[in-house]
Amino acid sequence: MTDVTFLPGAPSARRLDLTSDAAKARVRSRYRSEARFRWYGICAIVVTAVFLVVLITDILIKGLPAFTQHSLSIDVPVTAELADPEGKGTPEALAAGDYNKLVREAVRSHLGIEGRAATSNLSKLLSTGSGDGLRDAVMSDPKLIGQTVPVTALLSDDADLYLKGTGTKIERADGVAIATPSDVKGDITITAPGAFAADTAALRDVITKRVATLTAGAELYEQSADATVRDRAKPLREEIATLAASISDANAPALLGSHVPSLLIAINGGIVKLSSLTNDTASGTALIPLKSAEAAQAGAWQRVTYVTPEADRKVDDAKVALLDRLQADGKVSRGFNTLFFTAGDSREAELAGIRGALVGSILTLAVTLALCLPIGVMAAVYLEEFAKKNWFTDLIEININNLAAVPSIVFGLLGLAVFLNFFGLPRSAPIVGGLVLALLVLPTIIIAARAALRAVPPSIKEAALGVGASHQQAIFHHVLPLAMPGIMTGTIIGMAHALGETAPLLMIGMVAFIVDIPAGFTDSATALPVQIYLWSDLPEAAFKQKTAAAIIVLLMLLFVMNGLAIWLRKRFERRW
Amino acid sequence: MAGLYFLALALLTATAFVLARQRASALAGGRGREALHSLPIYHGMLVASGILAVMLLIFIFGAPLVSHLAHSNAVAQLPPDVVADNLKSTIAFREIFKIASGEPAGPVATDAIRNAAEAYRSTSVSGHWALLATGIAAGLGMVAFGTSRITRSFRARNRFETFVKVVLVLCAAIAILTTLGIVLSVLTETYRFFFDPTLKGKPTVLGFLFGTEWNPQAAMRADQGDIQSSFGFLPLLTGTLLITAIAIAVAGPLGLFSAIYLAEYATPKIRAFAKPILEILAGIPTVVLGFFAALTVAPLIRGSGEWLGLDVASESALAAGLVMGMMIIPFISSLSDDVINAVPQSLRDGAYALGATKSETIRRVVLPAALPGIVSAFMLAISRAIGETMIVVMAAGLAANLTANPLEAVTTITVQIKTILVGDQEFDSAKTLAAFALGLVLFFVTLALNFIALRIVQRYREQYD
Repeated sequence: MTDVTFLPGAPSARRLDLTSDAAKARVRSRYRSEARFRWYGICAIVVTAVFLVVLITDILIKGLPAFTQHSLSIDVPVTAELADPEGKGTPEALAAGDYNKLVREAVRSHLGIEGRAATSNLSKLLSTGSGDGLRDAVMSDPKLIGQTVPVTALLSDDADLYLKGTGTKIERADGVAIATPSDVKGDITITAPGAFAADTAALRDVITKRVATLTAGAELYEQSADATVRDRAKPLREEIATLAASISDANAPALLGSHVPSLLIAINGGIVKLSSLTNDTASGTALIPLKSAEAAQAGAWQRVTYVTPEADRKVDDAKVALLDRLQADGKVSRGFNTLFFTAGDSREAELAGIRGALVGSILTLAVTLALCLPIGVMAAVYLEEFAKKNWFTDLIEININNLAAVPSIVFGLLGLAVFLNFFGLPRSAPIVGGLVLALLVLPTIIIAARAALRAVPPSIKEAALGVGASHQQAIFHHVLPLAMPGIMTGTIIGMAHALGETAPLLMIGMVAFIVDIPAGFTDSATALPVQIYLWSDLPEAAFKQKTAAAIIVLLMLLFVMNGLAIWLRKRFERRW
Repeated sequence: MAGLYFLALALLTATAFVLARQRASALAGGRGREALHSLPIYHGMLVASGILAVMLLIFIFGAPLVSHLAHSNAVAQLPPDVVADNLKSTIAFREIFKIASGEPAGPVATDAIRNAAEAYRSTSVSGHWALLATGIAAGLGMVAFGTSRITRSFRARNRFETFVKVVLVLCAAIAILTTLGIVLSVLTETYRFFFDPTLKGKPTVLGFLFGTEWNPQAAMRADQGDIQSSFGFLPLLTGTLLITAIAIAVAGPLGLFSAIYLAEYATPKIRAFAKPILEILAGIPTVVLGFFAALTVAPLIRGSGEWLGLDVASESALAAGLVMGMMIIPFISSLSDDVINAVPQSLRDGAYALGATKSETIRRVVLPAALPGIVSAFMLAISRAIGETMIVVMAAGLAANLTANPLEAVTTITVQIKTILVGDQEFDSAKTLAAFALGLVLFFVTLALNFIALRIVQRYREQYD
């Protein structure tokens, strides 16, 4: 601005203009842009907040159901041939008993179903650990053999998920005419004049639509140049032919399939799954046998609809019918999932728990804390109080700052190459995990401890030196105790960081499937975040729930640790 | 065995402390503390620390020596063909360790192996007893030596403080050792990867840096196909950069604008609400974000892509990048917040006095003044994004695609390191060592970014005071 010239009396090159329309418009646009700029900031914060809320809600919705679990309360007659097949009564013989079968038989006789299909359905509904409670009871008291014992048997993950509402809605309507079943089990035809007219009409509509869709699909396939694609039309054509035949004639029975809502009839204490319908008759198979083949009055029998088509859910009609019956009998109860906190990992979702991972995390963090608190504090004391300004001190400082920014997976590589391969420490062990995490959080703790030491006013040290304390006495007796709250806060935050760290632990092999609860620092173990990673990879829906539940536990732990750090800071913070 | 040794160590240390302190107190007699140069407790600490140091040193050097001796004695018992063959000797030693630790012998145990196991066991047992005896003897010697030196004028405190200072320096030097450990372990394995002639598969430096095909699994079938082309690092680099770019595109504006708002506009109330949000987000473990990315964000993006008629991969770079961006927001925001707050108020006041609005002040005065700090915050964020592992492991793909399309699946350096090293641990295959080569790249890229960030701040920082 050296060439600004201002000549008194000469017309000013730029007059102050505040009143013209152009000037007002300029001011308005400047204020608009001011408001816009402000909005950008608000939007940025709101987007971040919304993301956080969505994240936490999503995990809560996914994870909270896993904290409860469904089980079956049933009286089990403990027979000697299953509980103690060898008849010895020794603990080994008792442990070898088939308690799952005992429970299954009890449920089977309660429902009154028979046959191989029923057994298979029941063993899919009951957990593979359903007999564990009974086994423990019998082993602690062998006199139970021959008696009838009330047992709480765990349901399988599929049954549990179904009962938590991922299955189907069930609609019930009272039957309108007198219904007469032809038999009590097997294939049954139920005759009830006029009772199924509405259902049949609706079904015919659905079938007509499905025939149209299938025909379109089949035509699309048939136009293809590829022979293998054309072959795909064949099964479609067959299905079209069957369906079309079933609605060709007004009296022909309309066929129910797995693509339409399932229709069942509850009559005389049994349940019949229908496979075809006419206006007056319905035929199908008994899922639960009827008590008698007598005619039932209108209102004494029910039409039951499982709204979600069978093909769209994991639990088929037979199992839904069994669960529905067990629930109606009050045998199913929902309780807090204690197993989740007391069991180790398992291949069965309903039996898997986080205790092994929690203990692994605790052991790992114990090693980390034992190493990095003393080392971190001593390093900080040295750098803050004793280090002379020279190249060695500079080197240490550069290294600390750099290590704080090194990706955590690189620390895993260090652990793998140095601790496992060079020093030959055991793989998957908490001691190695603790060592690696200690190196990882050491910079954090050193930096926090230095800040805490720096915050202690020099007058404290000077006063100590003044009354004759040595330099170390002044530091260790006076400065360090005053810096301790700050150091503890930093340490807790560092530990929280270590608790959530996953990648380096994957590198040193703490990622195996480990059922046993680790008992020592050299046992194979996994950690909570690694368990989360392992479970998230499994295909079962129940494991996804468990993953989210484990995340909730992890977040709660982090929340508590950070809360503790904040409380410490508030409680002991001192302004000098 | 180690437990017994450390028990002896603890006992000796404690006794030495008590003995030395008593002796010093006795020397002082009834004349109070003035009679001694150092307080009795320092005499105790000095002798105890001496024992601790000597016995630890003996253990640190003795224990590997014992196991080395046991190992070589066992080797002497084995037939030469087993010793020469790497695989056979590994199997033999696994069996030897098993027998030596008292488990029943397995089916592969031959007489030679049994003899070797016996030699191993006897050497290591006698060696450990010898170690324990040496340690205790040295400890007792130190006790005698230390207590004998206690006199009234003995400067125990000064000597103990020297000891403490050495310990402090050693603790601080761990940072250097860690860096050294990282560099050495990564460098040696990378050197083997490129230059070890016995390695299956023949990776070359040029093939690694400029190859466009990444398929380390092929190295396992070393006899088939062109192995050199399977260690091309470029698709990993582009994948990493693509996800990082998406992350920065998300986190850059959001983080910077929230920092500006918090530093310049927000009332204390809004700050008290917004700061914890950013802090909570910063504290969420990345494995949680990875779960969210893989199970919620990726299906959402895939669904909306289908709705728009786009073909989106189920492990698209976009999902991983978006969530990684969310992870970085607090990082950029808190660093930028600090930098903006450090700009002196006088600069803002000057701009206001010229009639600038608040946003004009921020854009024309505050941000240019804070620019070096903001640039360095972005570079640190980029380095954080490149090194992030769990989000990409869970949400990004495994196949190495050379593409810039964010809707396709790409893989990253960290994903490949994890994939290679989890599971098999065969350290003589190029595949495993490739992970260390990737680690080397990762380490130096992040190091360079941090270094540049630091230099930018140092160099371009305006001195206002």
